[in-house]
Amino acid sequence: MPEIRDFHAFPDVHGRFGQFGGSYVAETLMAPLAELTEAYLRLRQDPAFIAELDRDLTHYVGRPSPVYFAERLTRHVGGARILLKREDLNHTGAHKINNTVGQALVARHMGKTRIIAETGAGQHGVASATVAARLGLKCVVYMGATDIERQKINVYRMKLLGAEVVPVTSGSKTLKDALNEAMRDWVTNVADTFYIIGTVAGPHPYPLMVRDFNAIVGREARAQMLEQYGRLPDVLTACVGGGSNAIGLFHAFLNDRDVRIVGAEAAGEGIATGHHAASLAAGRPGVLHGNRTYVLCDDNGQITETHSVSAGLDYPGVGPEHAFLKDAGRAEYVGVTDDEALEAFHLLARTEGILAALESSHAVAQAIKLAREYPSDGIVLCNLSGRGDKDVHTIAAREGVQV
Amino acid sequence: MNRIDRRFAALKAAGRTGLIPFVTAGDPWPEHVVALMHALVESGADVIELGVPFSDPMADGPVIQHASERALDKGVGIGDVLDWVAAFRQRDSDTPVVLMGYLNPIEIHGYARFAAEAVRAGVDGVLVVDCPLEESAVLAPLRESGLRQILLAAPTTAPERLSMLCDAAEGFLYYVSFAGITGAARLSTTDIAARVADVRAQAKAPVAVGFGVRDAASAKAIAGFADAVVIGSALVERLEGAASAEEIAGRVALFLRPVREALDAH
Repeated sequence: MPEIRDFHAFPDVHGRFGQFGGSYVAETLMAPLAELTEAYLRLRQDPAFIAELDRDLTHYVGRPSPVYFAERLTRHVGGARILLKREDLNHTGAHKINNTVGQALVARHMGKTRIIAETGAGQHGVASATVAARLGLKCVVYMGATDIERQKINVYRMKLLGAEVVPVTSGSKTLKDALNEAMRDWVTNVADTFYIIGTVAGPHPYPLMVRDFNAIVGREARAQMLEQYGRLPDVLTACVGGGSNAIGLFHAFLNDRDVRIVGAEAAGEGIATGHHAASLAAGRPGVLHGNRTYVLCDDNGQITETHSVSAGLDYPGVGPEHAFLKDAGRAEYVGVTDDEALEAFHLLARTEGILAALESSHAVAQAIKLAREYPSDGIVLCNLSGRGDKDVHTIAAREGVQV
Repeated sequence: MNRIDRRFAALKAAGRTGLIPFVTAGDPWPEHVVALMHALVESGADVIELGVPFSDPMADGPVIQHASERALDKGVGIGDVLDWVAAFRQRDSDTPVVLMGYLNPIEIHGYARFAAEAVRAGVDGVLVVDCPLEESAVLAPLRESGLRQILLAAPTTAPERLSMLCDAAEGFLYYVSFAGITGAARLSTTDIAARVADVRAQAKAPVAVGFGVRDAASAKAIAGFADAVVIGSALVERLEGAASAEEIAGRVALFLRPVREALDAH
């Protein structure tokens, strides 16, 4: 791959990040995608739209989110300072709302009256149901039957918000199957329906659009670093499933070559066991859900079932921009196991009084490892992408506790 | 000359509408795929579309999706599909075979390797559902080895794009008769007639119409204005649970022959 001068110049007009990305979809989706691309490329330059979005992010989402110095955690670990970008403090409890607020505004500008979404852990489903309720749009959320079972609280939250939750029983009954089903709905009902994809995957323009809406995380964090610490961090880390919170944090820093970037994928029971969801660390380039990216598949090209204690990371693909950053050598992607994530969850709870989402606990575990590599005046900035209330039952069950 | 081109030339000369049944390779039984293919021909198939099972068939409805899952559960891979085509060719060297599926299995198999093996097996064309013209540079090795890349057009396809597709069409152009997944039940024939007439006037290849064709009556309605009719989900549905090669052949005949007769009576 040739030397990249400006990482902010991607994707190109075809939605390609180097060899990754693109629009690998059936002909029936080409027109809706073209309509969406045209509308979004216009809106992202429109000062009135940007002002509208900024207002919502400030007054509805509660931005900016703080950068918090986790002092007791830092002392416990004994290395570089660990700072947390507190996306868990957003309305609905995760970074997902940044994207759904943005896409719902796009939907309204396009005159669509029905929102559909897919969800894994339920966070994106809740964030979609939330914005649909606020804008008075009908909302249907597709969710794998397995995920419905392990995320009952979020399912109920979506229903309270007026959304219809449709269980998906095909394939592995998880996020990827929910995505397939949502795509089918969209193809069939495209005239009045807007599909809010929850991560930086899918066909163009989704990886671009979802990244843009989450890039507020990194823009804020970069400014906060300069203001509060007078410098940029040594290293960034975030968890990567589809990769929306990670690209959100990373994007503003991509051209700051001295800032190291490390993505934490779900290594599940360990990459060697095969029970994991580490597409970048252990997968290969392929095509899934409308884009070329790293995927987990067998030698017949069949997408394999993944495992992670956190439903939100349980995905066999990854956003194409991450695939690009990996191959360009700009970011590293490493695996964090279920056990390491749980240990980090408990440590953060006990030292800082913060219950992190299991997804985000992977990033915290990685931040702890990285902090040990740097001297005490170093800085590790970790995206705390969501809060852990939704995971309390999962953790209790795993640890044999009755609640 | 490619078998697809030869077959469509013969259909045109005879003034007949082509019949293109779709079946998922490996469903209902891997051991009966070759017998199923022969049964399709005996019941009047002009071109066979053989679905290559994929774990994430985004554009397919529940019927073909479940057929795909059943085949995958029995361990069917792309290599098996090529072997079945080769076995079919031992007795049938005329009927064109088009493989229909998704990109990832071909990508992982390797484009050049797949092209060479497919040609050797006797495959004539490939319809890769999730590879639109804009992304099909990767399929160059397939086209260069003589395989026809079957393109799709839809009612939602914009006019400029439609003329681009019509220009690039080879083998046949597959017109999906409404915006939806395979096997859904909406179909307004008058609406389709006008659109297909427009597509046929532009396309550099014959036009086959599919998606939503369920029986002899709906096939006949389309026969008047299409070069060929594709039948997929309705056939796959009827084959589910057939236990033996004889039973498969029986069900194929029962379903497909009336369709063939309806097309010929047109």
